[in-house]
Amino acid sequence: MSDSSQAEPLVPELTRDVVLKVARLARLHLAESEVESFTSQLTQILDYVGVLDEADTEGVEPVAGAMGLNSVLREDLPTTSLSRDDALSGAPHHDGSYFLVPPILDPRAE
Amino acid sequence: MTAPCSPATTIIGLEVHVQLLTETKIFCGCLNRFNPEEPNVQTCPVCLGLPGALPVMNRRALELAIRAGLALSGTIAGTTKWDRKQYYYPDLPKAYQISQFDLPFCDGGWMDVDDADDGDETQASRIRLIRVHLEEDAGKNLHDETQRGRDSRIDLNRAGTPLLEIVSEPDLRSAAQSRRYLEEMRLLMVYLGVSDCNMQEGSLRCDANINLELVNDDGVAIRTPIVEIKNLNSFRGVEAALEYEIGRQRQEFAECGGVYADSEKQTRGWDADRGVTFAQRGKEDAADYRYFPDPDLVPVQIAAEWIEELRTGLCELPAARRQRLVDDLKLSRYDASVIIDQGRDLADYFEAVAQRCGDPKWAANWVTQDVLRELNDRGQAIGDFAIDADGLAAILARIASGDLTTRSAREVFTALLDDDPEGEQVTVEARIDEIISDRGLATIADSGALEPLIDAVIERNPQAAADFRGGKQAAIGKLIGEVMREAKGADPQSVRAALIERLSS
Amino acid sequence: MATALESSATLLDQLTDGQTTSLRLTQDCLDRIAAHDTAIGAFLHVDSEPALAAAAAIDRRREAGEPLGLLAGLPVAVKDVLATRGQPTTCASRMLQGWVPPYDAHVVERLRRADAVLIGKTNMDEFAMGSTTENSAFGPTRTPWRLDCAAGGSSGGSAAAVAAGMAPLAVGSDTGGSIRQPASFCGVVGLKPTYGRVSRYGLVAFASSLDQVGPFSGDVRGAALLLEVLADHDPRDATCADEPVPAYRDQLERPLDALRVGICRDHFTEGLDKDVDEAVEAAIDVYRRLGAEIHDIQLPHARFAVACYYLVAPSEASSNLARYDGVHYGARSDDYDGLVDMYCRSRGEAFGAEVKRRIMLGTYALSAGYYDAFYLKAQKVRRLIQQDYQQAFTSVDVIASPVAPTPAIPLGSLVSDPLQMYLADTYTISANLAGLPGLSLPAGFSDDGRPIGLQLLAPPFQESRLLQAAAMHERETQWHLRRPPLAEDSS
Repeated sequence: MSDSSQAEPLVPELTRDVVLKVARLARLHLAESEVESFTSQLTQILDYVGVLDEADTEGVEPVAGAMGLNSVLREDLPTTSLSRDDALSGAPHHDGSYFLVPPILDPRAE
Repeated sequence: MTAPCSPATTIIGLEVHVQLLTETKIFCGCLNRFNPEEPNVQTCPVCLGLPGALPVMNRRALELAIRAGLALSGTIAGTTKWDRKQYYYPDLPKAYQISQFDLPFCDGGWMDVDDADDGDETQASRIRLIRVHLEEDAGKNLHDETQRGRDSRIDLNRAGTPLLEIVSEPDLRSAAQSRRYLEEMRLLMVYLGVSDCNMQEGSLRCDANINLELVNDDGVAIRTPIVEIKNLNSFRGVEAALEYEIGRQRQEFAECGGVYADSEKQTRGWDADRGVTFAQRGKEDAADYRYFPDPDLVPVQIAAEWIEELRTGLCELPAARRQRLVDDLKLSRYDASVIIDQGRDLADYFEAVAQRCGDPKWAANWVTQDVLRELNDRGQAIGDFAIDADGLAAILARIASGDLTTRSAREVFTALLDDDPEGEQVTVEARIDEIISDRGLATIADSGALEPLIDAVIERNPQAAADFRGGKQAAIGKLIGEVMREAKGADPQSVRAALIERLSS
Repeated sequence: MATALESSATLLDQLTDGQTTSLRLTQDCLDRIAAHDTAIGAFLHVDSEPALAAAAAIDRRREAGEPLGLLAGLPVAVKDVLATRGQPTTCASRMLQGWVPPYDAHVVERLRRADAVLIGKTNMDEFAMGSTTENSAFGPTRTPWRLDCAAGGSSGGSAAAVAAGMAPLAVGSDTGGSIRQPASFCGVVGLKPTYGRVSRYGLVAFASSLDQVGPFSGDVRGAALLLEVLADHDPRDATCADEPVPAYRDQLERPLDALRVGICRDHFTEGLDKDVDEAVEAAIDVYRRLGAEIHDIQLPHARFAVACYYLVAPSEASSNLARYDGVHYGARSDDYDGLVDMYCRSRGEAFGAEVKRRIMLGTYALSAGYYDAFYLKAQKVRRLIQQDYQQAFTSVDVIASPVAPTPAIPLGSLVSDPLQMYLADTYTISANLAGLPGLSLPAGFSDDGRPIGLQLLAPPFQESRLLQAAAMHERETQWHLRRPPLAEDSS
């Protein structure tokens, strides 16, 4: 997936390779059977959503912000934080103070 | 090995992240405090990214951001919005960072950075900015360097801290200039009250992008691949890393003749202990952040009135103030810089003293030397200093009026410092009077009053007197010293003059 | 005496009069759950002891003459997509199996303050993605009317619970029809409020710009009551409107004079089941008889709605579900090699197929180079769809349509064909895209006894009008008084 913007594809080709790349981006491990079924199902769905190309959206503003709401800001006032126990309560792996994960070897993606 | 090519143009751009001085985090009401001692106590469903939690923008974070943007001469957008920048990292609980993509609140801007310090005549370079935007900070990862394979630990206290990202154009041309840029940026943010820019605590972070333009053997100008240096955590480190990298890139260029197998942007870390940059593990693919507008946050209209209100409310910026101290108060650039660098409070103190005593240069001497020395020794901030601006001005006024010699004034200064703050409430003027009379520091203005003392000292020191009369100029020193010991308020120049007159007659 | 099958208004009267107690009512609900839920599968978690304790406490306060909240001891079931402190919130996913939130959703806080008895968490399609509740990781929910048919989705559990008399009221969420469609399949009233009417704080997000929390009830009045409790301004949700909340029940008795009902005949698809068609026509006739004017309206961009939705919703979902990475909460795989593999395996193992499919679709749609063609384009088409409705509402007051092309579908019939499943959302989806309030009310039955709902839509923040219009039909037809055979068994 390159960074540069491409021309609008009519029906993007969803190859197995692309499916695997997308799965990687989404951090989803797919079984082989899933790769196959997803490739065909997603192709079908993308094919269908291509009907949007028939809609004339010249000069149309995309919907942004809920129902025309804007500028919702809050005051800089403290609220009660969770206790550490509550904060850690859902963690699959923690040591009472920190969340624990396998060693982070790679640099941050950004 | 061929000699490194020269001359090179160094091309540096800096991305500075600055944590804002809000009371609470950017999207929730957890405290915004540096707290590494107690991990995971400043969190809530929002900054933990718990299922169902929602962000709401902190008005004060936006306000501080706009102030910073205005001070950097950026253009503040009429409408701004936030976007999700999506990637996976354990300190990013939502697996996306709420940031700004195509509609940042501030576009462009610049900062002037003085060229190398050479006295009063300084040129400045204008470093342009690409943009400034407002985003949330991630939590903190703690790797265990000691044991291989041991779990990394995550502390989310920092997750959700409001962060300003200031991106410069690649206008910087040297490592030293880059450092000055950072120092100037820090000064500005501190003056504005936007951030405390403490690199040790991580409230200022910097990534650098650097490459060189070098000429190869055929005379063709070639640019080296851009290197992004991360993990810089001191100003000195930034300068050292950039210097190192300049050398490394030149070396590499010389070795490969400007032909690179891979000219993709590289990321390198800085190892401060060994003083080298090192290639970081390659990212698998270029990150695809899949930016899209965050549907949980609505766009914000920044009213022109608000921008104007913030613009007029900006304090005098350090660069301008520094210039004013030079132009209007006739301080040396060096003194002006020392005063400005200490922050607004000290600059305010200095100007109050200068105004009240009428002599800015004197005030500058005393503030940059005596006051600063005491503050350093006592580990105090100017706000806690025992002598306020009125007090120092009063002392300086006494020197001006001749009531005190400089030397005696210093003694008064020290005495006031040791005053018990809980003591009697007297005016500083009265207190100064007290000290002067207690210690006999009054200048003996009337040289006539000195005469008996001078006669007495000459009589007690016939040898020194004779030596002087005999042409040994230095001998008068002993006599001056003795007079001064007994007449503390005396002015050494007048004593010397009076002695000479006496001895010559 | 049938208990939770009574209307909430009746129950409240009985509670006030002392004819029953909250404790007894709650116990009855629990008994019905015990008797029937193995067959129906409405609940994922039944909070028996705390519910009984809460009910008893409310009874004591009532006896002491203390003022009680609007729900005054009525049991309420809550879709397992809403955070409930102390009760598990699984979103019917193995990813959140066993997760007990350390906080309450805003609407849960509102329910507690209104003195609801939170009887349990109901089944749903995993992370609200689906139209049958067959996508639940913990088994499907069946409509109490026909145990071989789905309850609908994604709020199937809440709809079925009310239909089966396991709770007089229930709360669900609706992103593309997930309240209205199960309401239709289960023969109850289900309402999706205007986007922003009810706080989403604590609603586990599926598609942030489409999700809304709403009420299920046996009758319109109950829905109105529950909506009064759920709706308010919450400063913790930036998309929540600061609009005054009317007393929705007050106006219900009054019919709407000169009501103009719009029908978009073009929209009635070929696949529309004949029984559904007849029921909807019959409902329209009811309005005609009551003096309403029936107008034909155009919705020129309706044909794009499903495509638009199936780009916007999965895109937002892919982002909202990225956080389930086994680090801070949720399932973590037992078998992985390094951090990235941990992410991939945890998510791969714990998410069901439909969830993965939508994450893939959304991730692809947002990926570099495709944003303009997909998400952005869909958001523009969405604007056109909104404008269609704005235009339509200049000439009509409410819009009537089927809720779904068919009555409750047999279990297993659509699971293998995602696109077919998506197309069935055609009637409900536009309301979410346009942010409009909509409800489903009982409008008859198929020949084989499966309920059929009528959908009404109204302009933004016109829930009152919606409820009044619905009440008109309800008074006239009394469909809501019919009970599933299973439910009647227990009385």
